Amino acid sequence: MINATLKHLSSALAAKHISSVELTQLYLDRIATHNPVFNAYTTVDAKISLAQAQAADARIAAGLAGPLTGIPFAQKDIFCAKGWRTTCGSKMLGDFIAPYDAHVISQFDRAGAVNLGKTNMDEFAMGSSNETSYFGDVRNPWDPQRVPGGSSGGSASAVAARLCAAATGTDTGGSIRQPAALCGISGIKPTYGTVSRYGMIAFASSLDQAGPMARSAEDCALMLNVMTGFDERDSTSLQRDQEDYSRDLNRPLSGLRIGLPREFFAEGLSADVGSRIAEAIAEYRKLGATVVEISLPNTRLAVPVYYVLAPAEASSNLSRFDGVRYGYRAPEYTDLADMYEKSRAQGFGEEVKRRIMIGTYVLSHGYYDAYYLQAQKIRRLIAQDFTDAFKQCDVIMGPTAPSTAFKLGEKGDDPVQMYLSDIYTIAVNLAGLPGMSIPCGFGDNAMPVGLQIIGNYFDEARMLNAAHQYQLNTDWHTRCPQGL
Amino acid sequence: MSLSTSDVQKVARLARLAMNDTEIEAARIQLSGIFELIAEMQAVDTTGIEPMSHAQDVSQRLREDRVTEPDQRELFQSIAPQVESGLYLVPQVIE
Repeated sequence: MINATLKHLSSALAAKHISSVELTQLYLDRIATHNPVFNAYTTVDAKISLAQAQAADARIAAGLAGPLTGIPFAQKDIFCAKGWRTTCGSKMLGDFIAPYDAHVISQFDRAGAVNLGKTNMDEFAMGSSNETSYFGDVRNPWDPQRVPGGSSGGSASAVAARLCAAATGTDTGGSIRQPAALCGISGIKPTYGTVSRYGMIAFASSLDQAGPMARSAEDCALMLNVMTGFDERDSTSLQRDQEDYSRDLNRPLSGLRIGLPREFFAEGLSADVGSRIAEAIAEYRKLGATVVEISLPNTRLAVPVYYVLAPAEASSNLSRFDGVRYGYRAPEYTDLADMYEKSRAQGFGEEVKRRIMIGTYVLSHGYYDAYYLQAQKIRRLIAQDFTDAFKQCDVIMGPTAPSTAFKLGEKGDDPVQMYLSDIYTIAVNLAGLPGMSIPCGFGDNAMPVGLQIIGNYFDEARMLNAAHQYQLNTDWHTRCPQGL
Repeated sequence: MSLSTSDVQKVARLARLAMNDTEIEAARIQLSGIFELIAEMQAVDTTGIEPMSHAQDVSQRLREDRVTEPDQRELFQSIAPQVESGLYLVPQVIE
């Protein structure tokens, strides 16, 4: 049951082979056994989960079930869920009980899904290793000495360890795709504006996008069907017709044109990751795809541009944490300014403070044009690179991350080294394009390797088609870490 | 690019982050490293390029000016650090 696809779980529930309460209890037991090792969840509330499961069982019995009804999902702790502690991985929100539901949470509720709990994450989604969480490091199920990636590391770890049927994540610079790659699961960041950001705690608003993290591309498609759709409460939510993201899963791949950006295979890519990507591309050729070399000439500028724009937006977004309306307030202070400064200094962790300071600096008087405006101009050049590339190909493929999962603490002292682990994912957020990662083998250290698939705007169905066809012909996505 | 101690002190003040001298110095070293990475951007010729502030080329939606939200003051204030008579309490700012 723990290895079943969402489709199988749904049929098992419909056929009464298992109830949602039994399935939820099965996962709660697994969480109780394994979470002390992986620390994938920050909050579990069996009472709420089981009540939801009971309601789902009634709905199934009444013949009103949808494709996700009764299935237990884990929710990244960045989504406000009414009545649930919602921490965003921060001491600042350590006791914060959300007074309302994020759009994503209401969509899962409406679908009759069960919320299994909130997953650990880098503080305010700022990190690539899950080591910046106030609630402790998350461990990689393939090797607990290694990181799961970040920032959606708790979700990735929970999916890989079979501590939920699937999970949600958010991706500002690679936070769904990079942990999906490092934990050997499938994850997709949709086109910017496709999934409402309402109730999703903001990091960099022009880049943040929620998406599914699951054990297969097919599962991701079913979740996207529930997560997407117009929401007037998000000013950047796009008004588009509802899509069935699973509609093209079974299309053959003959004639698919795959672009390989030469900049993704240059210096900095580990040899073992490079070999696995080459093997995956060879598999795609066997399936009838053609391959064309392309160029994304401004790739090397994506990291610098991101580390101006994302911190700038973050410094502005995080100014709301002032110790007045909600969140942490320092126990001792002299006056109002001192209360602000101490609450923020004590409530935020090191990485968050670092990024607030970068953002404050680049937006400050005299530096705006040189940094913020210049970065926005180069952002257009980076987006234009993709527009040009998509004239020659249907999807772009390459590595998701330059190496497999690294050891805890390995990149701890040098933020710049950590930032470079998102070198292949960041440009996709800057352009607002959809991107996904699927497992395509293992590196020299027996850790999973992720293949990144980048699509044109709103081309998720084609990307999922490419991913699903690969998964029909390979079994990397079905591998399970030892002992789980 | 190397930041000075006073640059970092100024930024910390603007960002409302209390920091002692040791923390300021640690931040100075790390931020200088990050700005070295960012500096790569400065050499690019961007004359005539329109800044891109958003991923989609859409304009801000407008809506009718009517009340859409119910009053939830009590619920929202129940999670505040300090409230009294429906007001958020902060240290005295006016003598």
